[in-house]
Amino acid sequence: MNLLKSEARKVRYDETIESPLEKIEALLKSDYLLSKRAIGLLLLQGDTEIQNLVKEREGENYKPIEEVAKEIQSRYRYPLNYVITKSRYEEADKITARVLTLPLEFKISFSERLSRIMMNPITGIPILFIILYFGLYQFVGVFGAQVLVNFFENVIFGEYINPFINNIVAKYIPYILIQGLFAGDYGIITLGVRYAVALILPIVSTFFIAFSIMEDTGYFPRLAMLIDRLFKSIGLSGRAVIPMVLGFGCDTMATMVTRVLETKREKVIATLLLALAIPCSAQLGVILAILSSNPKAFWIWAVVVILIFLAVGYLTSKIMPGEKPSFYMEIPPLRMPILSNVLTKTYTRVEWYFMEVFPLFILASILIWMGQITGLFNLIVKSLEPLVNSIGLPDKAALVFLFGFFRRDYGAAGLYDLQQTGILSGVQLAVSAVTLTLFVPCIAQFSMMVKERGIKTAIGIALFIFPFAFLIGFMLNIILTTIAVLT
Amino acid sequence: MKISDKAEEILETLWIRTFEENDVFTGLDFLKATKEDAQIEELLKLGFITLSNNQVKLTETGKKEAENVLRRHRLAERLLVDVLDVKGKLIHDAACKFEHLLHRGIDENICILLGHPKFCPHGNPIPPGKCCLDDKESAIKVVSPLSDLNPGQRGKIAYIHTRDDKKLQKLMALGVLPGMSISLIQRFPSYVFQIGQTQIAVDKEIADDIHVLLTR
Repeated sequence: MNLLKSEARKVRYDETIESPLEKIEALLKSDYLLSKRAIGLLLLQGDTEIQNLVKEREGENYKPIEEVAKEIQSRYRYPLNYVITKSRYEEADKITARVLTLPLEFKISFSERLSRIMMNPITGIPILFIILYFGLYQFVGVFGAQVLVNFFENVIFGEYINPFINNIVAKYIPYILIQGLFAGDYGIITLGVRYAVALILPIVSTFFIAFSIMEDTGYFPRLAMLIDRLFKSIGLSGRAVIPMVLGFGCDTMATMVTRVLETKREKVIATLLLALAIPCSAQLGVILAILSSNPKAFWIWAVVVILIFLAVGYLTSKIMPGEKPSFYMEIPPLRMPILSNVLTKTYTRVEWYFMEVFPLFILASILIWMGQITGLFNLIVKSLEPLVNSIGLPDKAALVFLFGFFRRDYGAAGLYDLQQTGILSGVQLAVSAVTLTLFVPCIAQFSMMVKERGIKTAIGIALFIFPFAFLIGFMLNIILTTIAVLT
Repeated sequence: MKISDKAEEILETLWIRTFEENDVFTGLDFLKATKEDAQIEELLKLGFITLSNNQVKLTETGKKEAENVLRRHRLAERLLVDVLDVKGKLIHDAACKFEHLLHRGIDENICILLGHPKFCPHGNPIPPGKCCLDDKESAIKVVSPLSDLNPGQRGKIAYIHTRDDKKLQKLMALGVLPGMSISLIQRFPSYVFQIGQTQIAVDKEIADDIHVLLTR
């Protein structure tokens, strides 16, 4: 017969629960897949799914059942769920106590010792910085964004693909207009594919390798407990550290992951901060590459962005109504990451990212091409120029900001090209890097914001960020020019 | 000033009627008493209650005295459940006798011992005493919020006090339940504790809600 109905070991509950439970069992008339006792217990625990099922099956009969459940709940101030679960744990303890003995003092293993060192703020915070320095800065910023990007950009594309494509196109396509679609400054292959493959792919891949390693070791819960107090002051709980770190890889993906946060308030704050102050890996990689030649500009950029992250988070948490977040998290044991798992995870993430990026890059190339032949593109660039000039940047930067609309990284990548030509001063580098970091989320992130938070919130956030980014750029330009720390 | 046990019972009932059920007047029949009963006369004489049309009402001094009685009753319940491991119906019956003994600062000592509990085992509020407001601490403590433990201290979870159902569900899902052995590993920046084979990190608010029966 039905296994679920077989006589298993029963948990005896408190008499105050047992007698109404019997009443409910007697009142239940229909046949359910589960035993009547199980149905009764689920009703007492307030399981809405079962309530609806019973309401539907029992019809008129549901009322007295509901009354019994209500009556017994009124006798406990604690939810019955708690009372029932407690009895079950006691029963489980009784069973295990007969067969299981645990040593009174646990031997503290090496991984446990390491775990405690990571959780102790005195040792844990330096460890965090070491991880950030080697994992993010050295591995992603230097190895990914500089060594690998240089190789792909200058060797693969610069020496082989671009000349080859330009040659072929010049040879076989007689029309200059169509030539521009594939080759030249803004061609699909020479610009779109080049940005995606040579610039973005190495950065994103190295980031996700680092992220997967941290994830598999179990470092994130330890990071979360270290940072919870700080995050509380910006309206978030330590739990939000995972989407925030992920945001350094891809803000779009991170916006999706804000689902794990508990309250609506926390989700909105996290979404805003991701859109505003967390640069994605492509952006970060490019910005690091650009600013690496000017350490002072790098520090100004880093300090300004961190301050804005904290200040905007703090103010938002003061203004926004809603319940305060609470923090609780299991701390799993530290584990050695397994290479094959790390690679599989990295592969699926990079694949997701690439499927997202690649069509947009191609589309952007086509739009730019169309804009160019119709003259619309120049018109927009021209109208952006005064805005760009107002924050102290040259006309050419307008192009970069326009690119930024298509994708954050696309804009940053444009900045990279601009910097290569050497026309930006130190102040201009810092100002443009800050403004681009804060600037609107890319199309993909924005559409994810709409999907996760609703159109109103998404537009509200965008409307705040756009003027805010330029305002900060404007002020930063004035301050930096006045105090002249950069040349 | 010592009043009779029966009079204390009446004060207790009246306090619950007044403050938890919002009925200022209570009929004598509800109290199963008559005008001539010694305990009613006693309370009238002390000026704790007023009587009109067989309806009893607490006076201002009566309210204070009644609050004390109730506090003692609920503290007694806590003590019986958390420390002496009394279960079921016995709790109320034993507490009814116990409460009359907790005079002259004994209630205060017990309150400190139990870590200033805010709710009785049934979840009803315990009126705070002077010791709670002063947040008095003593060297010996039996029950204490997790947030007051030192790293390395261990015990059993006595109860989890929270009115937030969702929070309770989450803690339950993590296996944080009364009766479980618990030891604190770390206090700052978050509270980290061990339950069974599991380590869990929580913030101060949650650590305040978890009350631990200390073992030495």
